Amino acid sequence: MNMFASATAELPLTVLLASPFAGALLLALIGHSRIGAAINVLASAVAAGCSLWLAAIIARDGASTAYGELFFVDPLNVFLVALTAFVGFTTSIFSRPYMRIEVEHGRMTAPRMRLYHAMYQLFLAMMLVALTTNSLGVLWVAMEAATLCTVLLVSIYRTPAALEAGWKYFILCGVAVLQALFGTVLLYLAADRVIGSGAGALLWTHLDAVKTELEPTIMSLAFVFLLLGYGTKAGLVPVHHWLPDAHAEGPTPISAVLSGLLLNVAVYAILRCKVLAEGALGNGLPGRAMVAFGLLSVLLAAFLLHRQRDIKRMFAYSSIEHMGLITFAFGLGGPIANFGGLLHMTMHSLTKSAIFFAVGHAAQKAGTQAMDQIRGLLQISPTVGWGLMIGSLAIVGMPPFGVFASEFVILTSAMRQLPWAAPLLLLALAVAFAAIVARVQPMVFGETAAMKRLPHPPALVPVFTHLGLGLALGLYIPPFLISWYMRAASLIGG
Amino acid sequence: MIALLTQAINLFAALLLILAFAMITQRRVLNLVHLFTAQGLALAAATLDVGYLTAQPHLYASAAATFLLKVVLLPALLHRLINRLQVRWDVEPLLNAPLTMLLGIVLVVFAFNLATPIAALASSVARSTLGIALASVLLSFLMMITRARAVAQVIAFLSMENSLLFAATAATNGMPMLVELGIALDVLMGFVILGVFLFQIREQFDSLDTRHLERLREE
Repeated sequence: MNMFASATAELPLTVLLASPFAGALLLALIGHSRIGAAINVLASAVAAGCSLWLAAIIARDGASTAYGELFFVDPLNVFLVALTAFVGFTTSIFSRPYMRIEVEHGRMTAPRMRLYHAMYQLFLAMMLVALTTNSLGVLWVAMEAATLCTVLLVSIYRTPAALEAGWKYFILCGVAVLQALFGTVLLYLAADRVIGSGAGALLWTHLDAVKTELEPTIMSLAFVFLLLGYGTKAGLVPVHHWLPDAHAEGPTPISAVLSGLLLNVAVYAILRCKVLAEGALGNGLPGRAMVAFGLLSVLLAAFLLHRQRDIKRMFAYSSIEHMGLITFAFGLGGPIANFGGLLHMTMHSLTKSAIFFAVGHAAQKAGTQAMDQIRGLLQISPTVGWGLMIGSLAIVGMPPFGVFASEFVILTSAMRQLPWAAPLLLLALAVAFAAIVARVQPMVFGETAAMKRLPHPPALVPVFTHLGLGLALGLYIPPFLISWYMRAASLIGG
Repeated sequence: MIALLTQAINLFAALLLILAFAMITQRRVLNLVHLFTAQGLALAAATLDVGYLTAQPHLYASAAATFLLKVVLLPALLHRLINRLQVRWDVEPLLNAPLTMLLGIVLVVFAFNLATPIAALASSVARSTLGIALASVLLSFLMMITRARAVAQVIAFLSMENSLLFAATAATNGMPMLVELGIALDVLMGFVILGVFLFQIREQFDSLDTRHLERLREE
């Protein structure tokens, strides 16, 4: 693999990974102090800066390995790295006033703040490792570690409901990652026959080079386990049960990074495995399995949206729906559908985290997450109200927001490649549209209920930054970004 | 000697399967911990055996790590945990033990059928035991579903991980060292978190029965 230049990418990659690890270590000691939140923002900012630096290098030099092939960065994962680091950074800005308010409300104590900050950084670090590693074994380890961090974050309020959500999350995702581990073992078995044993047999670059020679029987079974395992983490129906609970019961910044980032990383893991399985099998079976899972998730989540009473649960179901749509797009394969899937990953991340930021402050003002008790946000706090309204319109796919553009691309490729699925998708999108708009509208415009004044001014810059980016990308995607997405889409193949 | 050691792998595999069956129907928490310890011992011995037969020194390290983690550290932590939770002498009512056993047998047959084509393609010394490894994974999974008490679920989770490591050894003569270390670290971290969790659950619900954890439902 000497065709990859390596030295230039090493420095930004090192800082990118070291900064959240250092942040986690430091915050484990002083995360409860006054400067804890500031350090959290600073460490995330350094990571975000490095991710852009890394992206610039990859855009110039192309794919690259680092540290003796242990890490691998190509246009596909570097875009997710940039997205992850960016949303991690904006969420840390949002989290600062939000968590301060939670402390004043008595839901967080000093030791819990320390745990929260340390785990936030460790979680970011683990996602970045999962994205940049070249070894599918290390990918598994990092995914499991990211799960463990979020289990602690989800249950941090220690209420009965939070503990239940955390326990369910742990057990379901624990079983899921063990399935993924078995899939990885089978993958290693298949690679063992071609490459020979040793650490090289789990390196993605090596596997990609010999994917057509991998044993099809083993690979099909391996892919089933990997899809089930990582699919649970991505919240695909029918293994989605942990997702709404975890989103509803954890602190809102965590809901934002779970929805906006962790689900993406899980989909990324599936994608890497799909490329190998598709190459080995050559019959399109992995793609069809992803189409089935994706379609089922979109449909079921859209109909379950109607039955939600908790605002964070509702948007959690919306995340399941969008992850289904993304999985469906990648399952279809081909340059256009892959392009749509990648674009949708970006748009969903930006929009959904913005919504959770607005939802967080709305719920704090109302003192509840029950939707029928949140009323008249616009009169109390126009910025939060508009943030929620615009965000909701963006997520249901109204033009001119970016989600509309990506959903349009996915739908048109569905019409071309799988005509019978397109009406089902349209139906689901319409149902989701009706559900979300009908719920959000009275919360924003309705009669004012008694609402609290927040002891600290909310951070609304991240909300409007994300929505602004979503809007800008919906109106105009710069050519360099299009060519980048195209290159990334060609890597997924299929 | 070599033939004997090759046979010994089958012996350890059979032990693993029997222990997995014993766990499904074991009602006493303390005995579950003992069974888990024995399972760890069988796993370590099997890894050592495969390491010797294939002359792979890194499997010795892996066997040593398994021994330390699964036979010494985790059981010690489990004993401390059940002492402090005061569930050491707890007896858990089981739902229909014979039916669970029958289900277990069905799972074993299924696992053997699933593993046969894969085992035929593997070139490892222990490939014939892949079916047993897969069967133990499924049995641990069954235990996780059928148990209501949190401690039993934790042990089922750990036993599932044991079976998976055995599957890795059986199918491929062991995973790369870096990955094995990562897995061990994750398991340890996960166990510590689960332990803390158990205390919090008991504090909140005055019980370790996870049926209390069913309030969050689809509205």
